[in-house]
Amino acid sequence: MRERLALSRPTEASSGKTGSWRTFRPVVDREKCNACGLCAQFCPDSVIDEDLVIDIEFCKGCGICAAECPKEAITMVREDR
Amino acid sequence: MTAIPKEEYLLKCTSACAGCSSSLCLRYITKAAGPDTVLVVPACCTSVIQGMYPNTAMDIPVYNIAFAAAAACASGLSNAFRALRRETNVIVYAGDGGTVDIGIQALSGAFERGTDFLYICYDNEAYGNTGMQRSGATPLGARTTTTPGGKPTTKKDLDRIVEAHDPPYMATACSAYPLDLFKKVKKALSIRGPKFIHILAPCPPGWRYSAEKTIEMGKLAVKTGTWVLYEREYGNLTINGPSKAAIRKPAPLEDYIKGQGRFKGVTPAMLEQMRQQMQANITRLVREEEGIC
Ligand SMILES: Cc1ncc(C[n+]2csc(CCOP(=O)(O)OP(=O)(O)O)c2C)c(N)n1
Ligand code: SF4
Ligand code: SF4
Ligand code: SF4
Ligand SMILES: [Mg+2]
Repeated sequence: MRERLALSRPTEASSGKTGSWRTFRPVVDREKCNACGLCAQFCPDSVIDEDLVIDIEFCKGCGICAAECPKEAITMVREDR
Repeated sequence: MTAIPKEEYLLKCTSACAGCSSSLCLRYITKAAGPDTVLVVPACCTSVIQGMYPNTAMDIPVYNIAFAAAAACASGLSNAFRALRRETNVIVYAGDGGTVDIGIQALSGAFERGTDFLYICYDNEAYGNTGMQRSGATPLGARTTTTPGGKPTTKKDLDRIVEAHDPPYMATACSAYPLDLFKKVKKALSIRGPKFIHILAPCPPGWRYSAEKTIEMGKLAVKTGTWVLYEREYGNLTINGPSKAAIRKPAPLEDYIKGQGRFKGVTPAMLEQMRQQMQANITRLVREEEGIC
């Protein structure tokens, strides 16, 4: 019998597309945003990229980015599903 | 300060709860450590948030190990790497239950042996993964599933236990200050021997506050003086800026307590005891920094 090592491999979406967890979606007002980057710094799931675009497939909708944005440029909008 | 690397070693997306501060900590710890690193993780939320076998969200090697064995496993790994003349970072990343209760003898052993590794305890002040039972790190008055009336005893002082081992570097950190955490991990890894970082890691479902308040909760812990940010390098203590400011002009303790459902039911007498405890801790640290202890 072949021995098998319980070895996991690095993969995106190891827990599925976590965007489906969301009840609220962060929406950025580009007019208000001054590109300070704090939202990306504090996002626990690193779904905000260098250009400050939010990957909505994975964003869990925690609301931290909106709460921490000093310009109040992010609004959490209820998902209709 | 060195720039924060763009690379992410925690891939999108983990199964951590929305607003989990442990995920945020892992982002910055792995950014500071870089790819030549092995994480040793005992049973805790972090064993689960990696995702489901055969996939993992961690883009660096992780050794998932039994509760009591984390620091012992790290000792073996570190010795093996050094014997091969490899400088691979060995980092234990363990919860508070896995550290202050179950893993403490292996931790003590590794520090006494002088193992070249970094032990990080992320402290969400309960056994989170199994549904929030109290741990030795749960603070006085906090409700958990096993202390429904609030914990009657105080938080075990892990830092003083570790300090008794005279490590070359030890520090406290908080997930709400990720750049400070990054800096501390970098510094710890530049020093040889056993290093220790204790991170306060607010947990929305466990502490019963809504997910968007994770950063605010961590900042309040520091601003009220409940959690003091400091570093002790070769025995020399430095209290860090945010805590210096908090000691000069603390925010009211109530601001921290009232935002968390777990502290519902804290009596005025308990609040007073918390305040005294906090003050005693601050006084001890300030005296140590000033060299009068
Ligand atoms: C020997 C043993 N006892 C109990 C468990 C069940 N268990 C798994 S994770 C966990 C909680 C760990 O708490 P902590 O270390 O604080 O980490 P957290 O889950 O809060 O991140 C427990 C009790 C186990 N895996 N092994
Ligand atoms: S925190 Fe607000 S202002 Fe700063 S980059 Fe993000 S959206 Fe823009
Ligand atoms: S809502 Fe949370 S997960 Fe989504 S982008 Fe903001 S901080 Fe990240
Ligand atoms: S229970 Fe707390 S520590 Fe565990 S994954 Fe959820 S938020 Fe993170
Ligand atoms: Mg815990």
